Amino acid sequence: MNGKILEIENLTVSFDGFRALNQLNFSMDAGELRVVIGPNGAGKTTFLDVITGKVKSTVGHLLFKGRNLRSIPEHRIARLGIGRKFQTPRVYLNLTPRENLELSCNRNKNVVATLFRQTPSSERRTVSGLLETIDLVHKADLTAALLSHGEKQRLEIGMLVAQSPDLLLVDEPVAGLTDEETEKIGDLLLALAESHSIIVIEHDMEFVRQIANKVTVLHQGSVLCEGSMDEVQHDPRVIEVYLGTPEADYSVPPIHEPIL
Amino acid sequence: MTVHAIEPSGINWSKRKALLIEAAIVAAVALLLIFIVPAVLSGFRLNLLGRFLALAIVALGIDLIWGYTGLLSLGHGVFFALGGYALAMHLKLQIPPESSIQLPEFMTLYGVTELPWFWQPFYSFPFAALAVLLIPAIMAGLLGYLVFRNRIRGVYFSILTQAMTIIFFNFFNGQQQLINGTNGLTDFKTLFGATVSEPSTQFVIYAITVLLLVAAYALCRWLTSGRFGRLLMAIRDDESRVRFSGYDPTSFKVLVFAVSGALAGVAGALFTLQTGIISPKAMDIAFSIEMVIWVAVGGRASLVGAILGTLLVNFAKSLLSEQFPDVWLFFQGGLFLLVVLVLPDGFVGLLRTQGINFFRTLIGRRRRSSTYPSLEEDAQVQYERQNLGD
Repeated sequence: MNGKILEIENLTVSFDGFRALNQLNFSMDAGELRVVIGPNGAGKTTFLDVITGKVKSTVGHLLFKGRNLRSIPEHRIARLGIGRKFQTPRVYLNLTPRENLELSCNRNKNVVATLFRQTPSSERRTVSGLLETIDLVHKADLTAALLSHGEKQRLEIGMLVAQSPDLLLVDEPVAGLTDEETEKIGDLLLALAESHSIIVIEHDMEFVRQIANKVTVLHQGSVLCEGSMDEVQHDPRVIEVYLGTPEADYSVPPIHEPIL
Repeated sequence: MTVHAIEPSGINWSKRKALLIEAAIVAAVALLLIFIVPAVLSGFRLNLLGRFLALAIVALGIDLIWGYTGLLSLGHGVFFALGGYALAMHLKLQIPPESSIQLPEFMTLYGVTELPWFWQPFYSFPFAALAVLLIPAIMAGLLGYLVFRNRIRGVYFSILTQAMTIIFFNFFNGQQQLINGTNGLTDFKTLFGATVSEPSTQFVIYAITVLLLVAAYALCRWLTSGRFGRLLMAIRDDESRVRFSGYDPTSFKVLVFAVSGALAGVAGALFTLQTGIISPKAMDIAFSIEMVIWVAVGGRASLVGAILGTLLVNFAKSLLSEQFPDVWLFFQGGLFLLVVLVLPDGFVGLLRTQGINFFRTLIGRRRRSSTYPSLEEDAQVQYERQNLGD
């Protein structure tokens, strides 16, 4: 794949006059894994909301594979190939992981097809394969309410992949996970990045370093700077707004020490 | 137990077997209701049972929209009444040909000389039967479309359905000349030439009620199993997740609400036949709320629960109000409180979660604790279980 998968120009989203996104410009190549960081309130989640159609932009262009997403409702954007993982794991707790995946995997999502069409065996196989990828085979038929936090995170990522989207949007996938689980998620995302374009929003700098080759920093609704993790961490503007305060509770080594 | 599920043929076979057993049980219960119960119960009680079975159909509809899809409708009385009126209009047009005035008798009282246009098609029974299903379904579908498209959910949806109940109640109350206002349509004579109030006719109606209840159960069972049913639960549990997975929840909710409305219409028609009257009282807010209580008592998201809850609450109501007419409302309120506080999943929910363990204790076997399947295979855990107890 080549070309831009996502192009955002001059995008503004305002809520009652408050500009959550302010003339944001962003673009991303197909096949790229991009990490978006930024202090609280920088507009990271709104950024995902506007791509997935949950909030509509007031001004600006938002092109996905060259197609304007502005007036398309959420479910159609999802069908176009954008999958979203929420900050807290959102899986259907009363269904089993297998059923969760089957619902996402369903190719034809209108009412009639969902009601009358049998699940084809190809989809069953996809689901079985995915259960292995996210390492939930042994819990495939328990209700998802019984899964641990980390397992739910993996299940939700699996549900995204089941949709076979071109672009994955992942919001803080490792919040509240143990180091071991964090690494597992990191590996999973890196594996997925081979065949998908991914945007990850994250706070955990260790984790960002594990997966990122290009980082975008958001601040007050616009892009502050972009570049590799090293470049970003040494950018004086970033240090000022985000990384530089030594008492802040980020697991970042002090800037003056060599990184890596 | 997971080993089974991984092998696809394994699920199919055991699923089919379970389905066959269920079908056999349903058929047996239906036969029992049609052939054995009438021999045991007096005519009065049988008529009550018939009415309650009709009410169970609307309870199934409520379970579909509330228990499975998570939308609490407090306005099913409207759909119920619409179905009842549709059939009652056909019944009121069974006027003997030798009669001098070919109009339902109340119309002459209000000086109506010609049958209003919307009464005309109700001469035909097929039309009336379709109207029983379609008018409530279309009403529900329209309302649902407007409401769900604008993403009105939760308590706002419930309030809207209540408002709809009041509007319809007042409208029907006001139409003295057209549908006999407050008094409603009553005093039915014949249907297909048979006298409606005759015991033999009533028995046939009872049997038809049982059969339609079975059909309604089968329909709901089909809707709630399989991928469609799982999607309904997904909408209930996390609607925006459903949206971001590429489904449009609006169309699913509209369909379910329409089906639910149609079931209420059928229930209303059968109820009207057995009580001999349909009036705007059926659109009383209290009645719509009662319907929700039946489902809550029986158990949300359980079809059998909806049916049993309806029968239980209504028989309790008729017994208690015979003995202690003043107590019933307190009892109903108490029952609802009890269910909300102690049995959030209703009686069937209690049986589902506690019943198996209770049964096992009764027959002297150890309680089965639910664990992860991997624990069952863990040698250490098994050793501790055997040697140290659970």
